Amino acid sequence: MTPAIELWGIRKSFGDIAILRDVSFSVAQDERHALIGPNGAGKSTTFNLISGYMKPTSGSVLLHGEVISGLPPYQINRRGLSRSFQVTNVFPNMSVWENLRCAVLWSTGQRYAFWKNIDNLPEVRERTAQILSDINLSGRRDVTAGLLTYAEQRALEIGITVAGGADVILLDEPTAGMSRAETEHAVALIRRLSEGRTLLIVEHDMSVVFGLADRISVMVYGQIVASGTPEEIRGNAKVREAYLGEEAA
Amino acid sequence: MSEIAKTVAPPLPTAAEKLRFYGIWATSLLLLLLLPNIFSSGAALTTFCLIGISIIFSLSYNILLGQTGMLSFGHAVYYGLGGFLVIHAINIIGANKLPIPLPVIPLIGGLTGLSFAALLGWVSTKRSGTAFAMISLGVAELIASSALILRTFFGGEAGISANRTRLFKLLDLSFGPQIQIYYLVAAWTLIAVLAMYALTRTPLGRVCNAVRDNPERVQFVGYNPHVVRYLAFCFSGFFAGIAGALAAINFEIANSAYLGAQQSGTVLFATYIGGIGFFVGPILGAIFVTILSLGLSDLTQVWQLYFGLIFISVVLFAPGGITGVLMMHRPLLKAGTLQKVLPSYLIALVPTLAMIAGLVLAIETIVHYTVNPGDDSHIKAFGIGFDAASPFVWAISVILPIGGYLVARKTWTWVADAWGEATSLAENKGVAS
Repeated sequence: MTPAIELWGIRKSFGDIAILRDVSFSVAQDERHALIGPNGAGKSTTFNLISGYMKPTSGSVLLHGEVISGLPPYQINRRGLSRSFQVTNVFPNMSVWENLRCAVLWSTGQRYAFWKNIDNLPEVRERTAQILSDINLSGRRDVTAGLLTYAEQRALEIGITVAGGADVILLDEPTAGMSRAETEHAVALIRRLSEGRTLLIVEHDMSVVFGLADRISVMVYGQIVASGTPEEIRGNAKVREAYLGEEAA
Repeated sequence: MSEIAKTVAPPLPTAAEKLRFYGIWATSLLLLLLLPNIFSSGAALTTFCLIGISIIFSLSYNILLGQTGMLSFGHAVYYGLGGFLVIHAINIIGANKLPIPLPVIPLIGGLTGLSFAALLGWVSTKRSGTAFAMISLGVAELIASSALILRTFFGGEAGISANRTRLFKLLDLSFGPQIQIYYLVAAWTLIAVLAMYALTRTPLGRVCNAVRDNPERVQFVGYNPHVVRYLAFCFSGFFAGIAGALAAINFEIANSAYLGAQQSGTVLFATYIGGIGFFVGPILGAIFVTILSLGLSDLTQVWQLYFGLIFISVVLFAPGGITGVLMMHRPLLKAGTLQKVLPSYLIALVPTLAMIAGLVLAIETIVHYTVNPGDDSHIKAFGIGFDAASPFVWAISVILPIGGYLVARKTWTWVADAWGEATSLAENKGVAS
């Protein structure tokens, strides 16, 4: 079966500085895949390249077997890939409801319609309501997104990411800065929402990673040093040395 | 509809809410119909026409600024070109006796605005922010200066004129008398306002808001922000063209002032002073600024100076504009705690007004000595005569602003305290701000 995401020999440099040096890995269909590694390893850059936010210096990114590197973000999104951001990136002056509704519009085929009443679109209403209740923000429906608490904004961020029904989801540190209880809540949410979809997640919290991921890739200094199941990664000497050892020390 | 949409989604409007909604539009219609019966003088009718035109123009501007987050310094281009094309159209239609009546002519202006927006907008809407603002300024200068150079089309300094009464007559309406022009402008204003309101309630309208809030994120939910901005720009140009057409019909002339920086500035003023955050903001702003500019110019020689001061005050102290200030009071009104702040307003009003009066006196005195020092020192401003040469006036114009400010500053903190108390009371009553 074609993998959901494939990276072939990806290099990315900013001027003379090489951030990614020959990154290749793949994420299978319906797999929960975690990308881990120390700060500055190039995890977020990898996300930016897959989602079209940046273009690779060389190499190619494939989504369901088709090359997507070089396409603008909105076209990649329309092909069924959606991402969240490490720093909360919502629509701050719009209500929670409007935030989610905007994220639903394209995938329900509304495009740039200026001849339809937005309140009169049952499918949009239905799906927005579904996502709103999925992320447990029903009680905050009419609150301006900029006024939500941090954890609520993170939940909304995930909601916006999954609202369009993309089958490949990229989450960039979804639990960063959350308390223990909030993290558990968020993990349950991610587990539920990624059911039957492909998930690629960047995460620093090892309990989240090992609890959630089917496979893990470890990135150090712009290169993938290991890829495998959680057990394999735990037992990998190179990983222990380069990353997990560092964490333990 | 499924259970989830019923319980989680915002409730669909009830019959009462729908009735209220249509009631507002019906009342507006009635008001527009009856207005000439209450104020029937020629001056009043002209003022109403100017207000209507300004409302359409300001709302069209707010499609850019308030809805999509694009600051344009050249919106008059589409207003002006709409006006010019309409004058030419009236002349051509009149000369060829084509069966096109005046009431549909504004559509020509709208289509002109739309065409030019579609033509000039693609490049400028690639980016928002500073790049867009600069390009809009450049395009405005380009068009405004060509208006003086391309004499055959724009008529140079004098502009071009037309006779609106020589068109094909529908229902025997000649559109000579101002009252008929009033009803023409009123009808188009209502249609345009309705259309622009409807636009805010469409998928495109909502995505415009998303582009305003966060153009980067929009790309990751499937939308191309460039296309969204471009479409908003085209709509904005269309309605600006209608406004320009109505202005051209009203004055029967179009000249380079229609396209100029002053016109672009005025619409920015009106929209911002009214408040860009609410749909009604630009409507209030258009009414306020039109009346103010007509009224102030009679009262004082340096009315533009006051205009600028008002604009600066709004930007500094009430960035939400008139509507923003009014809307701040809504939760208090709902919770019934408004009476807590009203007394402090009244108290603060006295020294604040004294301060403003002193400032006006100082400004007018300085204007007398700098602009027309040779004139008689007994001058009149805002209908009040005084002697600009009198040391007594000088003393007042120093004491009032300073003394007024010192006292007013104290009363403003009272307002702030009363405000804080009233809001926390309202919040305790469960009314969200």
